Amino acid sequence: MAHSHDHGNGHRHHHHGEHERTYSRDPAAHNARMQSDDAYREGAVAQVEHDLDYYQVRVTALLNLLREKGILTTDEMRRAVEEIYGQSPAIGSRVVARAWADEGFKERLLADADAACAEMGIDTSGINRVVALENTDSLRYMVVCTLCSCYPRQLLGQPPTWYKSFPYRSKAVTDPRGTLKDLGLEPPDDVELVVIDSNADCRYLIVPRRPRGTEGWSEARLFQLVTRDSMIGVGDPLTPEELEEAARAAEQSA
Amino acid sequence: MEETRFRAGDRVRVKEMHPDGHHRTTYYVKGKTGVVNRYFGRYANPENLAYGGDGLPLRELYWVEFDINDLWDHEAGRKQDKLCIEIYEHWLEPA
Repeated sequence: MAHSHDHGNGHRHHHHGEHERTYSRDPAAHNARMQSDDAYREGAVAQVEHDLDYYQVRVTALLNLLREKGILTTDEMRRAVEEIYGQSPAIGSRVVARAWADEGFKERLLADADAACAEMGIDTSGINRVVALENTDSLRYMVVCTLCSCYPRQLLGQPPTWYKSFPYRSKAVTDPRGTLKDLGLEPPDDVELVVIDSNADCRYLIVPRRPRGTEGWSEARLFQLVTRDSMIGVGDPLTPEELEEAARAAEQSA
Repeated sequence: MEETRFRAGDRVRVKEMHPDGHHRTTYYVKGKTGVVNRYFGRYANPENLAYGGDGLPLRELYWVEFDINDLWDHEAGRKQDKLCIEIYEHWLEPA
Protein backbone atom coordinates (compact mmCIF):
# COMPACT_ATOMS: atom_id res chain seq x y z
CA MET A 1 0.00 0.00 0.00
CA ALA A 2 1.46 3.32 -0.99
CA HIS A 3 1.00 5.76 1.82
CA SER A 4 -1.56 8.33 0.99
CA HIS A 5 0.56 11.33 1.79
CA ASP A 6 -1.74 12.55 4.49
CA HIS A 7 -0.87 13.34 8.05
CA GLY A 8 -3.24 10.88 9.66
CA ASN A 9 -1.56 7.70 8.66
CA GLY A 10 0.52 6.75 11.61
CA HIS A 11 4.22 6.37 11.26
CA ARG A 12 5.22 8.71 8.50
CA HIS A 13 4.37 12.25 9.30
CA HIS A 14 4.66 15.47 7.56
CA HIS A 15 3.23 18.83 8.04
CA HIS A 16 3.51 22.03 6.12
CA GLY A 17 7.18 21.33 5.68
CA GLU A 18 7.33 22.03 2.00
CA HIS A 19 7.88 25.60 3.06
CA GLU A 20 10.20 24.80 5.92
CA ARG A 21 13.83 25.43 5.12
CA THR A 22 15.27 26.45 8.45
CA TYR A 23 17.50 24.40 10.69
CA SER A 24 15.92 25.04 14.04
CA ARG A 25 16.42 22.36 16.66
CA ASP A 26 12.88 22.52 17.92
CA PRO A 27 10.70 19.41 17.45
CA ALA A 28 8.12 21.12 15.24
CA ALA A 29 10.78 22.15 12.77
CA HIS A 30 12.31 18.70 12.93
CA ASN A 31 8.93 17.23 12.13
CA ALA A 32 8.45 19.64 9.29
CA ARG A 33 11.76 18.56 7.83
CA MET A 34 10.80 14.91 8.09
CA GLN A 35 7.65 15.70 6.19
CA SER A 36 9.55 17.53 3.52
CA ASP A 37 11.74 14.56 2.92
CA ASP A 38 8.74 12.33 2.58
CA ALA A 39 6.96 14.63 0.18
CA TYR A 40 10.02 15.20 -1.92
CA ARG A 41 11.02 11.56 -2.08
CA GLU A 42 8.13 10.76 -4.39
CA GLY A 43 8.85 13.76 -6.52
CA ALA A 44 12.47 12.74 -6.81
CA VAL A 45 11.55 9.37 -8.21
CA ALA A 46 9.03 10.79 -10.63
CA GLN A 47 11.00 13.78 -11.86
CA VAL A 48 14.61 12.85 -12.39
CA GLU A 49 15.24 15.91 -14.50
CA HIS A 50 14.30 18.32 -11.78
CA ASP A 51 16.86 20.83 -10.53
CA LEU A 52 18.99 19.38 -7.81
CA ASP A 53 18.13 21.78 -5.03
CA TYR A 54 18.75 21.16 -1.37
CA TYR A 55 15.90 18.71 -0.85
CA GLN A 56 16.58 16.89 -4.06
CA VAL A 57 20.12 16.17 -2.99
CA ARG A 58 18.92 15.03 0.41
CA VAL A 59 16.22 12.87 -1.11
CA THR A 60 18.57 11.29 -3.61
CA ALA A 61 20.99 10.49 -0.80
CA LEU A 62 18.16 8.92 1.22
CA LEU A 63 16.92 6.89 -1.75
CA ASN A 64 20.39 5.57 -2.39
CA LEU A 65 20.79 4.62 1.25
CA LEU A 66 17.44 2.84 1.29
CA ARG A 67 18.45 0.90 -1.79
CA GLU A 68 21.97 0.12 -0.60
CA LYS A 69 20.73 -1.12 2.75
CA GLY A 70 18.14 -3.27 1.04
CA ILE A 71 15.19 -1.56 2.77
CA LEU A 72 13.45 -0.67 -0.50
CA THR A 73 14.07 -1.69 -4.07
CA THR A 74 13.82 0.67 -7.03
CA ASP A 75 10.91 -1.39 -8.25
CA GLU A 76 9.04 -1.00 -4.97
CA MET A 77 9.53 2.74 -5.07
CA ARG A 78 8.35 2.91 -8.67
CA ARG A 79 5.25 0.89 -7.85
CA ALA A 80 4.44 3.11 -4.87
CA VAL A 81 4.69 6.23 -7.04
CA GLU A 82 2.55 4.62 -9.73
CA GLU A 83 -0.06 3.72 -7.17
CA ILE A 84 -0.17 7.27 -5.84
CA TYR A 85 -0.55 8.75 -9.31
CA GLY A 86 -3.05 6.06 -10.29
CA GLN A 87 -5.52 7.52 -7.81
CA SER A 88 -7.95 9.96 -9.39
CA PRO A 89 -11.14 11.90 -8.64
CA ALA A 90 -12.99 9.40 -10.83
CA ILE A 91 -13.02 7.02 -7.86
CA GLY A 92 -14.91 9.56 -5.75
CA SER A 93 -17.19 10.35 -8.69
CA ARG A 94 -18.20 6.69 -8.87
CA VAL A 95 -19.15 6.78 -5.21
CA VAL A 96 -21.18 9.98 -5.57
CA ALA A 97 -22.97 8.70 -8.69
CA ARG A 98 -23.89 5.51 -6.83
CA ALA A 99 -25.20 7.60 -3.91
CA TRP A 100 -27.34 9.67 -6.28
CA ALA A 101 -28.70 6.62 -8.04
CA ASP A 102 -29.29 4.42 -5.00
CA GLU A 103 -30.89 5.91 -1.88
CA GLY A 104 -30.03 2.84 0.22
CA PHE A 105 -26.37 3.13 -0.75
CA LYS A 106 -26.39 6.83 0.10
CA GLU A 107 -27.68 6.08 3.59
CA ARG A 108 -24.97 3.49 4.10
CA LEU A 109 -22.34 5.88 2.75
CA LEU A 110 -23.35 8.66 5.12
CA ALA A 111 -23.43 6.24 8.06
CA ASP A 112 -20.14 4.44 7.33
CA ALA A 113 -18.26 5.65 4.28
CA ASP A 114 -15.40 3.16 4.60
CA ALA A 115 -17.82 0.22 4.53
CA ALA A 116 -19.79 1.72 1.64
CA CYS A 117 -16.59 2.21 -0.37
CA ALA A 118 -15.54 -1.37 0.38
CA GLU A 119 -18.93 -2.46 -0.98
CA MET A 120 -17.84 -0.93 -4.30
CA GLY A 121 -14.43 -2.58 -4.12
CA ILE A 122 -12.72 0.72 -3.24
CA ASP A 123 -9.88 0.40 -0.76
CA THR A 124 -9.75 3.22 1.79
CA SER A 125 -7.50 1.44 4.24
CA GLY A 126 -4.82 4.13 3.93
CA ILE A 127 -7.23 6.60 5.53
CA ASN A 128 -8.09 6.27 9.21
CA ARG A 129 -11.69 7.20 8.58
CA VAL A 130 -13.62 8.47 5.57
CA VAL A 131 -16.56 10.71 6.39
CA ALA A 132 -19.16 11.40 3.70
CA LEU A 133 -21.32 14.48 4.11
CA GLU A 134 -24.34 15.39 2.05
CA ASN A 135 -25.08 18.88 0.80
CA THR A 136 -28.75 19.81 0.87
CA ASP A 137 -30.83 22.81 -0.18
CA SER A 138 -30.21 24.42 3.21
CA LEU A 139 -26.76 23.12 4.17
CA ARG A 140 -23.47 23.12 2.32
CA TYR A 141 -20.03 21.83 3.32
CA MET A 142 -16.59 22.85 2.16
CA VAL A 143 -13.30 21.19 3.11
CA VAL A 144 -9.90 22.67 3.89
CA CYS A 145 -6.79 21.46 5.70
CA THR A 146 -5.34 24.52 7.40
CA LEU A 147 -2.37 22.59 8.82
CA CYS A 148 -1.13 21.14 5.54
CA SER A 149 -2.86 19.33 2.68
CA CYS A 150 -4.90 16.44 4.11
CA TYR A 151 -7.15 15.12 1.41
CA PRO A 152 -8.91 11.80 0.66
CA ARG A 153 -6.31 10.80 -1.92
CA GLN A 154 -7.57 7.26 -2.29
CA LEU A 155 -10.89 8.70 -3.46
CA LEU A 156 -9.88 11.96 -5.15
CA GLY A 157 -6.26 11.49 -6.20
CA GLN A 158 -3.73 14.23 -5.55
CA PRO A 159 -5.11 17.53 -4.30
CA PRO A 160 -5.11 20.51 -6.64
CA THR A 161 -2.34 23.05 -6.09
CA TRP A 162 -4.70 25.70 -4.76
CA TYR A 163 -5.89 23.31 -2.05
CA LYS A 164 -2.36 23.27 -0.67
CA SER A 165 -1.83 27.02 -1.05
CA PHE A 166 -1.64 29.40 1.90
CA PRO A 167 -4.31 31.72 0.49
CA TYR A 168 -6.91 28.95 0.27
CA ARG A 169 -5.97 27.46 3.62
CA SER A 170 -6.27 30.76 5.45
CA LYS A 171 -9.19 32.33 3.61
CA ALA A 172 -11.37 29.20 3.72
CA VAL A 173 -11.64 29.51 7.50
CA THR A 174 -11.58 33.28 7.87
CA ASP A 175 -13.86 34.18 4.95
CA PRO A 176 -15.44 31.03 3.52
CA ARG A 177 -18.12 32.80 1.53
CA GLY A 178 -15.51 35.10 0.03
CA THR A 179 -13.47 32.04 -0.85
CA LEU A 180 -16.40 30.41 -2.61
CA LYS A 181 -17.10 33.65 -4.42
CA ASP A 182 -13.50 33.66 -5.68
CA LEU A 183 -14.23 30.20 -7.06
CA GLY A 184 -17.47 31.30 -8.70
CA LEU A 185 -19.99 30.15 -6.11
CA GLU A 186 -22.43 32.25 -4.11
CA PRO A 187 -24.54 30.17 -1.76
CA PRO A 188 -27.79 31.94 -0.78
CA ASP A 189 -27.68 34.02 2.42
CA ASP A 190 -29.97 31.63 4.28
CA VAL A 191 -27.95 28.50 3.48
CA GLU A 192 -25.88 27.18 6.38
CA LEU A 193 -22.26 26.96 5.29
CA VAL A 194 -20.10 24.51 7.25
CA VAL A 195 -16.34 24.73 6.83
CA ILE A 196 -14.55 21.51 7.70
CA ASP A 197 -10.96 21.76 8.82
CA SER A 198 -9.52 18.35 7.99
CA ASN A 199 -6.91 18.47 10.72
CA ALA A 200 -6.58 14.95 12.12
CA ASP A 201 -7.76 11.41 11.33
CA CYS A 202 -10.79 11.88 9.08
CA ARG A 203 -10.86 12.57 5.36
CA TYR A 204 -14.02 14.03 3.92
CA LEU A 205 -16.03 13.31 0.79
CA ILE A 206 -18.82 15.73 0.00
CA VAL A 207 -21.88 14.33 -1.73
CA PRO A 208 -23.08 17.34 -3.72
CA ARG A 209 -26.72 17.91 -4.57
CA ARG A 210 -27.87 15.89 -7.54
CA PRO A 211 -28.41 18.28 -10.45
CA ARG A 212 -31.95 18.99 -11.58
CA GLY A 213 -33.10 17.41 -14.82
CA THR A 214 -31.36 14.10 -14.15
CA GLU A 215 -34.38 12.05 -13.12
CA GLY A 216 -34.11 8.51 -14.41
CA TRP A 217 -30.45 8.87 -15.38
CA SER A 218 -28.26 5.80 -15.05
CA GLU A 219 -25.38 5.72 -12.61
CA ALA A 220 -22.91 5.77 -15.52
CA ARG A 221 -24.50 8.92 -16.91
CA LEU A 222 -24.67 10.60 -13.50
CA PHE A 223 -20.97 9.82 -13.02
CA GLN A 224 -20.11 12.25 -15.82
CA LEU A 225 -21.63 15.13 -13.87
CA VAL A 226 -19.53 14.74 -10.74
CA THR A 227 -16.60 17.15 -10.59
CA ARG A 228 -13.60 17.01 -8.28
CA ASP A 229 -14.36 20.43 -6.83
CA SER A 230 -17.93 19.44 -6.05
CA MET A 231 -16.58 16.63 -3.85
CA ILE A 232 -14.36 19.14 -1.98
CA GLY A 233 -17.42 21.35 -1.58
CA VAL A 234 -16.07 24.33 -3.49
CA GLY A 235 -17.92 23.68 -6.73
CA ASP A 236 -21.17 22.33 -8.06
CA PRO A 237 -21.55 19.28 -10.27
CA LEU A 238 -22.17 19.86 -13.95
CA THR A 239 -25.74 20.42 -15.08
CA PRO A 240 -27.06 18.26 -17.94
CA GLU A 241 -26.70 21.32 -20.18
CA GLU A 242 -23.08 21.83 -19.17
CA LEU A 243 -22.34 18.17 -19.81
CA GLU A 244 -23.90 18.41 -23.27
CA GLU A 245 -21.89 21.52 -24.01
CA ALA A 246 -18.67 19.84 -22.88
CA ALA A 247 -19.43 16.84 -25.08
CA ARG A 248 -20.06 19.13 -28.07
CA ALA A 249 -16.81 21.00 -27.46
CA ALA A 250 -14.90 17.73 -27.21
CA GLU A 251 -16.44 16.53 -30.46
CA GLN A 252 -15.48 19.73 -32.27
CA SER A 253 -11.89 19.58 -31.10
CA ALA A 254 -11.59 15.89 -32.02
CA MET B 1 -22.20 2.36 22.87
CA GLU B 2 -18.80 3.29 24.25
CA GLU B 3 -18.70 5.50 27.34
CA THR B 4 -16.94 8.74 26.51
CA ARG B 5 -16.33 11.85 28.52
CA PHE B 6 -18.27 14.02 26.09
CA ARG B 7 -21.34 13.38 24.00
CA ALA B 8 -22.95 15.01 21.00
CA GLY B 9 -24.54 18.27 22.11
CA ASP B 10 -22.12 18.94 24.98
CA ARG B 11 -20.62 22.41 25.14
CA VAL B 12 -16.85 22.20 25.28
CA ARG B 13 -13.92 24.58 25.42
CA VAL B 14 -10.67 23.89 23.65
CA LYS B 15 -7.82 24.15 26.14
CA GLU B 16 -5.49 27.07 25.70
CA MET B 17 -2.29 25.04 25.56
CA HIS B 18 0.81 25.77 23.53
CA PRO B 19 3.06 22.72 23.71
CA ASP B 20 6.31 23.02 21.78
CA GLY B 21 5.91 19.91 19.69
CA HIS B 22 3.68 18.72 16.88
CA HIS B 23 -0.04 18.85 17.60
CA ARG B 24 -3.17 19.00 15.52
CA THR B 25 -5.18 21.54 17.47
CA THR B 26 -5.15 24.67 15.34
CA TYR B 27 -4.34 27.93 17.06
CA TYR B 28 -7.58 29.58 16.06
CA VAL B 29 -9.81 27.23 18.10
CA LYS B 30 -7.69 27.34 21.27
CA GLY B 31 -9.69 28.85 24.11
CA LYS B 32 -12.87 28.84 22.01
CA THR B 33 -16.17 27.26 22.96
CA GLY B 34 -18.09 24.96 20.67
CA VAL B 35 -20.45 22.01 20.68
CA VAL B 36 -19.61 18.33 20.25
CA ASN B 37 -21.17 17.28 16.95
CA ARG B 38 -20.11 13.62 17.07
CA TYR B 39 -17.64 11.17 18.51
CA PHE B 40 -15.40 9.51 15.93
CA GLY B 41 -13.61 6.89 17.99
CA ARG B 42 -10.17 6.32 19.43
CA TYR B 43 -7.08 7.04 17.38
CA ALA B 44 -3.32 7.01 17.82
CA ASN B 45 -2.04 10.21 19.38
CA PRO B 46 -0.28 12.29 16.70
CA GLU B 47 1.66 14.21 19.35
CA ASN B 48 3.53 10.99 20.06
CA LEU B 49 3.41 9.42 16.58
CA ALA B 50 5.14 12.43 15.11
CA TYR B 51 8.32 11.55 16.98
CA GLY B 52 8.40 7.87 16.13
CA GLY B 53 6.25 6.77 19.08
CA ASP B 54 3.49 4.19 19.01
CA GLY B 55 0.71 6.76 19.53
CA LEU B 56 -0.50 4.99 22.66
CA PRO B 57 -2.61 5.43 24.64
CA LEU B 58 -5.20 6.00 21.96
CA ARG B 59 -7.07 9.30 22.23
CA GLU B 60 -10.79 9.91 21.88
CA LEU B 61 -11.49 12.05 18.85
CA TYR B 62 -14.51 14.34 18.54
CA TRP B 63 -15.93 16.55 15.85
CA VAL B 64 -16.43 19.94 17.45
CA GLU B 65 -18.62 22.56 15.82
CA PHE B 66 -18.14 26.30 16.29
CA ASP B 67 -20.14 29.29 15.17
CA ILE B 68 -17.65 30.63 12.70
CA ASN B 69 -18.15 34.16 13.99
CA ASP B 70 -17.01 33.04 17.46
CA LEU B 71 -13.59 32.22 16.07
CA TRP B 72 -12.56 35.58 14.68
CA ASP B 73 -12.71 39.25 15.57
CA HIS B 74 -14.21 40.04 12.19
CA GLU B 75 -17.49 38.82 10.71
CA ALA B 76 -16.38 35.60 9.05
CA GLY B 77 -19.76 34.40 7.84
CA ARG B 78 -23.54 34.54 8.23
CA LYS B 79 -24.86 33.93 11.73
CA GLN B 80 -25.74 30.30 10.89
CA ASP B 81 -22.32 29.46 9.37
CA LYS B 82 -20.18 26.92 11.20
CA LEU B 83 -16.71 25.46 11.35
CA CYS B 84 -16.16 21.81 12.28
CA ILE B 85 -12.79 20.46 13.35
CA GLU B 86 -11.45 17.24 14.90
CA ILE B 87 -10.25 17.62 18.48
CA TYR B 88 -8.77 14.94 20.76
CA GLU B 89 -10.30 14.59 24.20
CA HIS B 90 -7.23 15.75 26.11
CA TRP B 91 -7.63 19.14 24.44
CA LEU B 92 -11.24 19.57 25.62
CA GLU B 93 -12.84 20.70 28.86
CA PRO B 94 -16.53 21.17 29.70
CA ALA B 95 -17.81 24.68 29.02
